[in-house]
Amino acid sequence: MYNETVARLTYRALLGRRRAILLSILPGLLILIAIAVRAIGGADDRVTEEVLGGFGLAAMVPLIGVIAGTGAIAPEIDDGSIVYLLSKPLPRRTIILTKLWVAIAVTMLFTTVPVLLAGMIMNGNSQQIAGAYTLAAAVASIAYSAVFLLLGTVSRNAVVFGLIYSLIWETLFGSIVSGARTLSVQQWSLSLAERVAADGTGVTSDVALPTAVILLAAVTVAGTWYAIRRLTVLTVAADD
Amino acid sequence: MTTIEITQVSRWFGNVVAVNDISMAIGPGVTGLLGPNGAGKSTLIHMMSGFLAPSAGTVTLDGASIWRNESVYRHIGLVPEREGMYDYLTGGEFVLANAELHRLPDPKAAARDALATVEMTDAADRRISTYSKGMRQRVKMASALVHQPSVLLLDEPFNGMDPRQRMQLMTLLRRMGDEGRTVLFSSHILEEVEQLAGHIEVIVAGRHAASGDFRRIRRLMTDRPHQYLIRSSDDRALAAALIGDPSTTSIEVDTAERALRVQAHDFGRFTTELPRLARDHGIRLLAVSPSDESLESVFSYLISA
Repeated sequence: MYNETVARLTYRALLGRRRAILLSILPGLLILIAIAVRAIGGADDRVTEEVLGGFGLAAMVPLIGVIAGTGAIAPEIDDGSIVYLLSKPLPRRTIILTKLWVAIAVTMLFTTVPVLLAGMIMNGNSQQIAGAYTLAAAVASIAYSAVFLLLGTVSRNAVVFGLIYSLIWETLFGSIVSGARTLSVQQWSLSLAERVAADGTGVTSDVALPTAVILLAAVTVAGTWYAIRRLTVLTVAADD
Repeated sequence: MTTIEITQVSRWFGNVVAVNDISMAIGPGVTGLLGPNGAGKSTLIHMMSGFLAPSAGTVTLDGASIWRNESVYRHIGLVPEREGMYDYLTGGEFVLANAELHRLPDPKAAARDALATVEMTDAADRRISTYSKGMRQRVKMASALVHQPSVLLLDEPFNGMDPRQRMQLMTLLRRMGDEGRTVLFSSHILEEVEQLAGHIEVIVAGRHAASGDFRRIRRLMTDRPHQYLIRSSDDRALAAALIGDPSTTSIEVDTAERALRVQAHDFGRFTTELPRLARDHGIRLLAVSPSDESLESVFSYLISA
């Protein structure tokens, strides 16, 4: 189920200099915003919710999910180096599951830590707001990793489709069409955050908790299963 | 003894037939898969490597299907044509990773031996991104050899290599063939195959054009009717002299080109008789050029032979 060599290669690919800088930009920005907010307006629960929800969970987490999820496999398929993994007596499911663990770990590292830090800086975890959004970021990291890893195995334009989903579907349609919010990883994870945050805060979701938990699990499992299936029948392009 | 058996295999991509009803068996020793660019060699090697499912027919390794069967990779080493190979690793790290993925008992020692075999020990600590094409090719070889496979499949392995590296790789492959391993390499260059493979399989336009001993096929290639475009000081007199010689089968006076189009079926005799006949008749030869020497025309002839 887990292969250390595949994991090492995937970590090296994801945390290489260029991609590591890309992964660090948004978390760095979130921390800077948090410092500025605290310095200018002092501790404010409402502003903390807006920054962590509107920027952290709505923009930063899916974008880092796209970079880590697709980056865990898509470049290898594009340049053909995946043949060095596929030509080994190694079950394809082990390759996908290992890459999924790595994508989840990287996404969680680059989302939960800055969300918690930013929350602590802004209001010192007043009303459990920082803790709630950190949990939401952790849960969303798992689902996004599975979805974007799948995209990496099915399309050469995985990053584009990932960005369309996260920015256009979740952020744009999600704010205009209420139905779109039901099919949104962000809303499912917010449903869990709502439970953790103190009553009366603005941490709310349009999706009920049982539905959110079922949908999160279903998307993660189905996405991973289909990614394994795709890799099992992946044909490597011939030049003639 | 390890044999790859290809039985009535076809592979099509939409309306394009890349491989058309091919059957062959690749056994121990060095076999060259020869054909012009775009003939279907890579498609065939991809099917032998388990990276492509045949649209029809079967590809097996000692009776076991290769497609969707990861266990065959214990016996197969692959040298792909594509260049992608984890450029952020050093050559040593890359070969070691391959040894670990094979779950060898001592991956470090296996990687060290494989790098030594391809004479890349000194450059093992350099990043692959800094390697020349020939060095990349040798590291690919090391990764394919690291688990001592009984079958080695190489797709255009000599591309981009300088003559010295080419000789080294040929020596290595010859040695592996002599050790009883099944070595198959593809190439579109006749001379490469001639130097290395005793047995060849020729693929043209997705079809199996010829199979067997290289010398016999080479003779067939040499003995085919050759066409020449000849310009001389007196084309009609030369035509009259040539048609009397049995090496010539037909002559056409091309008035537009102001030249003769000659077909000769006895290559050896024609090349010695043409200058002699011209001299005896006081005719100056201005230009003699073969008009059908492309590999494609040679291979096309093999299909009909």
